Formats: sequence, C-alpha cells, structure tokens
Amino acid sequence: MPNYESVLNDRKSKEVRKRVWKEHALAYGFLAPSIIVFVMFLFYPMLKSVYLSMTITDPRGQVVEFVWLENFIRLLSTGQFYKNLGVTLMFILFTVPTSLIWSLFLAAITHNKLRGMKVFQFIFSLPIVISVGTGSIIWFLLFHPTAGMLNYFLSLVHVGPIPWLTDPSWALISISIMTIWMNMGFLYILLSSGLQGVPEEIYESARMDGSGPIRTFLQIVLPLLSPTIFFALIVSVISAFQAFGQIHILTKGGPINSTNVMVYSIYQDAFVNFRFGIGSAQALILFAIILLLTLLQFKVLEKKVHYQ
Amino acid sequence: MILRRAASAFTYLLLLLLSLVVLYPLIFTVFSSFMTEKEVANFPPPLFPSSFYLGNFAEAISGFPIVRFILNSFIVSTAIMLCQVITSSLAAYAFAFLNFKGKAVLFGLFLSTMMIPWEVTIIPNYLTIKDWGWMDSYQGLIVPFMAGAFGVFLLRQFFLQLPRELFDAAKIDGCGHIRCYFSMVLPLSRSSIATLAVYTFLTHWNHFLWPLLITNKASMRTVQIGVAMLQHAEVMSWNLILAGVTIVLIPSFVLLAFGVKQLVRGITAGALKG
Repeated sequence: MPNYESVLNDRKSKEVRKRVWKEHALAYGFLAPSIIVFVMFLFYPMLKSVYLSMTITDPRGQVVEFVWLENFIRLLSTGQFYKNLGVTLMFILFTVPTSLIWSLFLAAITHNKLRGMKVFQFIFSLPIVISVGTGSIIWFLLFHPTAGMLNYFLSLVHVGPIPWLTDPSWALISISIMTIWMNMGFLYILLSSGLQGVPEEIYESARMDGSGPIRTFLQIVLPLLSPTIFFALIVSVISAFQAFGQIHILTKGGPINSTNVMVYSIYQDAFVNFRFGIGSAQALILFAIILLLTLLQFKVLEKKVHYQ
Repeated sequence: MILRRAASAFTYLLLLLLSLVVLYPLIFTVFSSFMTEKEVANFPPPLFPSSFYLGNFAEAISGFPIVRFILNSFIVSTAIMLCQVITSSLAAYAFAFLNFKGKAVLFGLFLSTMMIPWEVTIIPNYLTIKDWGWMDSYQGLIVPFMAGAFGVFLLRQFFLQLPRELFDAAKIDGCGHIRCYFSMVLPLSRSSIATLAVYTFLTHWNHFLWPLLITNKASMRTVQIGVAMLQHAEVMSWNLILAGVTIVLIPSFVLLAFGVKQLVRGITAGALKG
C-alpha cells in the first residue's frame, strides 16, 4: 500500500498526482449519496430544530416571531414539563431493570447443552419481530377491562378485575408490561450472544474449585458480561426515553396525563396542536439528556467496565 | 444421575412455562383469528378454536385495505433496504479502501449521526416533506431513510477484515476500484450485506411514527398504521382485528425464520461497536 503522505509529497510525478486526484474524486463520489441524505435529513433539521425552538410558528410551520429562549423558560417554569419528565423516569424505572433481569434470566437458563434448546431460544427471540403497532393492538385486547383475557385469568385465581388502561395508577404499569414483552427479544438475543462469548474453560475451572452454578453465574460470569449488560442498559434507557407507539395506541397519554411521557407531549405539541416551536424546545431538552447518556456510555465503557 | 435427570426435567418444565407466558399474546392472536364470531362472543372465550375457520381472514381482507397496507409497507421497506445497501456499501468502501483528504473528519461526521435521535429531526423533516408536497407519497416515506450510519460501520468493519493480498493481486492485474467494488468486495461480503438488509427491512417494516405523520390517505398507509386503525373500527369484532394482525405478522415471522442469524449478527455488531 503506498504511503498517503509520501505520495502527496511526490509532486513531480504527474502520473501519481492524477491517480491521487482520481482516488479523491472516487472517494467523494462514493460518500456523496450518504452525505447528501445526512445533510438534508439529519444535520439541517438538527440545526433547524434549534432555530425553531426559539420561535413561535403558525400551524403551517411558518415562523411568526423569534422569541429567543422564551419557549425554554416557559417549559421549565411550568409544572406539566416536570410531570411529563417524572412519568418518563417512572416508565424507565418500570421497564429497564425488569426487562434486563428477565432477559438475562432467560438467557442464563437457555445457555446450556440440553437438547431442544434451539426451540426455546427461538421462542424467546420471537418478540423482536413484533412491531409496536401489532403488539399494542394485541395487548389492547388482552387489557380489555371486561372481556380481556388478563382479567379472566385473574378471576380464575379469585382476583378482581384490574382497570388496566383506564385507571391512572395502573395505566403506566400496563404499558410497561407490554413494553417489557416487546423489548425482551432484542435484549435476550444481545445477552445470549454475550453469554456465548464467555469461554467454556471458565465454567470448568469454577466447577473444579467447587463453585455452584448460581455462584459461578453471579460472581464470575456476570462481571465478564458487564460490557454487554452495560450496553444493553444504555440502549434500553434511550429506547425507553423514545417510546411512542404503544402510548399512542393504548392510552394517548391519558388517563389524566398519567402516561404522558416527554416524547408523547412533543408529538402532541407539534403534530396535534401544531406548536412546532415549543415542540422543538422539548425535543432539544430530550436530546441533551440522551446525549449525556451516550457520552456516559463511552466514558464508562472505556474505564470502569470489566474487560477480559 | 437421577439428580441430574430431575434437574434437567425441572429446567424443561420451567422453560415450557416461561415459553407459554412469552408466547401467550401470540397464541391468543392466532387462535382468535380462527374463531367464529359466536365463539368470541362467549365469555370467557374458548382457549382453542373449534375449527379452522378462515372466514375472518377473508372478511378482513375484503372489508379493509389490508393487502394495500402490506403492499405499501413492502414497497417502502424494500426500497429503503436496497438504497441503504447501496449507499452504505459505497461509503464503507471509501472508508475502508480509499485514501483521501478529510477521511477522519468525515468518519467522525458519520459517527455523529448515530447520536442524533429522531425527536430532534422529526419536526423539521415533517415540515420539509410538507413543503415539497411529498405527503402521502412513497418518496416521502423512503427518501429520508435512504442512508444510515449503522450500515456504513457494519460493512466497513467487514471490508477491513477481507484479506489484503486479494486486493494487491487485483491491483497488479489492473483492476480499478469500481471493478474491485463490484466484482470482489460485494460478492465477498454477501453475509454482512444480508445482515444489513434483514435488519433494515425489519426496522422499516415496523416503523410507526414517521408513516403516521406523513400519510393521511388510507391508500398510502403502511401496515403498522393500518393495523393500529383497526382498533377504532368499531364495527369490527375482535376476531376480525386479530385476523388482520395475524396477516400482518406473517411476513415478520417468515423474515425471522429465514433471517434469525442475520438479525442476531446485526444486534451483536451494534453491541461490539458500543
């Protein structure tokens, strides 16, 4: 491979210069399609969001007035914003630890050499193909207060019907149950392949040292798995911050705003009430939170998490 | 020995029970879609359908433009998949095999796109698409997603692992970059391209918010939006809705059955990158 720098320095040879020029043209040509799409639909809108967040728009999206940071001030001084943030954090608290532990548990008990394990692995991966749309409709019917199967099963064990989606104190829990079910496929696949990366000899030597399977898992395998778990944690938190479809279909943010997460309130402000300015301001705040989390992920992954 | 047997029997029992819990929503969906209206009207409805009744499927297809939804989703997902394979493999080739000024900067730029979540771009993008008059159109659903950084990183990683000697030999034989791309790199990286294809297709098949915003006409709706609308069709009974859901789920299951390996690789590639 010719050294790039030395080729550039060699200005005498026209041949080489032509080749370098051609390679540059080719490289930019190859990158151009992606760059055009990124600029038009990622970088430009990103900047425009910053601009929009400081404006008041008419329902068609035309800027009526430039108001500097007024949208942010208004957001941060009203209770509703903090309430929505609180709901979002509760949603994260309900879904992330449970789905991680649940998926890790499933990954651990299917990580063995028993016959037919492939079938179970397939079953536990299955929810990954379920979309928010179909998944929500299925659970909408399961959650039905009078004719839903969940309340029917509860009645079999003599528990009274639960107003899954209609009671403000239950709605977020119900949405969380559905979300855990939907996300488990992804997490299960991720954690399973993490487990497969733990070398066989480690189990062997642990057994030789007289460590039982549960102790081996908790004290030896889990630390080795920590990079994967940490990645799964961050991805789950970010995706919980962005959950929209199930809330839109199941509760529309209600009852009494009990499931009105930040993303849903952005949607309502921007696309139901057509207040694009305040919607953009909320989106930017959410972006700042997610960015912090992503940076944290890089920092922690670099330092604290155990690598082999 | 007996203890080991008992332990594995217990494991199987536990797994069976857990599978039932995980699968129940799907079993409920598929079984209900085979039940007659009379069966569903009972409470509690029976757990199993009494026969293989296909009337719901026929009615769901004739009473609702479900075939059209599937077709729309298929067109959109396939187009995005093809575009992403092309744009990603081209960009990945440039990053892996070409020397040019600003490579590091551009690579950083590509990396940074992964940190931009959709909430910050969706409002301006919606306004752009509206300005261009692309509401209710395929291009409005496809064009914003024609490129993605995930594919570039996935493929670049794979390209870098291809044996260098192959390219040196090809260069000596006078093989230019364009020919190299078409006749060596693409065929050699079929497996990675398949991973990207399956992953992209599934992501966009399941896309919800963007099509919700961009489509108003029923004839342009994608599957996910169409299915969500079944919920509000008051006249429809449950078994009809669930028959619709079952029809919509079939392509996803087919994709999983054939592409589970690709999907797993796509997910773990993301993990390794992080």
